[in-house]
Amino acid sequence: MSPRAAWRLETLGFSRVYDYTAGKKSWGSFGLPREGTSVPERTAGDAAQGNVPTCALDEPLADVRERVRAAGWDTCIVLNEQRVVLGRLGRKAAASDRDESVEEAMTPGPSTVRPSIGTDALLERMRPRNLTSYLVTTPDGRLVGLVRRDELE
Amino acid sequence: MPQSIDHTEVRRLIAEEGAQPVEVLPAKEFSEEHIAGAINIPLKELGERAPLELERERPVIVYCNDYQ
Repeated sequence: MSPRAAWRLETLGFSRVYDYTAGKKSWGSFGLPREGTSVPERTAGDAAQGNVPTCALDEPLADVRERVRAAGWDTCIVLNEQRVVLGRLGRKAAASDRDESVEEAMTPGPSTVRPSIGTDALLERMRPRNLTSYLVTTPDGRLVGLVRRDELE
Repeated sequence: MPQSIDHTEVRRLIAEEGAQPVEVLPAKEFSEEHIAGAINIPLKELGERAPLELERERPVIVYCNDYQ
């Protein structure tokens, strides 16, 4: 629909017309500001803690564990240079003293949600699965942060 | 010729060039959810309302739900 609108505006004499073809669904999924009666009051993007520890695939696991513990966390998100989520070091991996690589220790492809989901809807998703936290990423997989269930309840 | 742009360029055009985001879906869908700061001119009403409600000197960004 928006391409037709863009061309119609040109016929009306508007010279600088742009078409945001991805539309408002994509806008919301990147956590960008929205208004309206169905927009959740608080979203996963609002609740996400962006200071969750992160590490690279090739970092020494012992160093990562030390850094995670020192920061008072029990999890670490494995990212590439583009901040795309590759995996997650869970509580056991972050606490273990086994001699292995980040790549071996991580859980690959963790489940994620978009920043636009409301916190109520996110809680409904977490409770049946007994999940204590959820990763929030943009549609292209970049880390926004981590939402903890105990902070939503 | 209208240019297709992504969300990064939408943000830049609004912030730096005072672009006018326009949702062309019906009013009900607009009231439920829209880009913050956008105005609503449904596609069928563009011919009548755009010349009255939009400034020709500023860029105009049209959008709907998605690429469909």
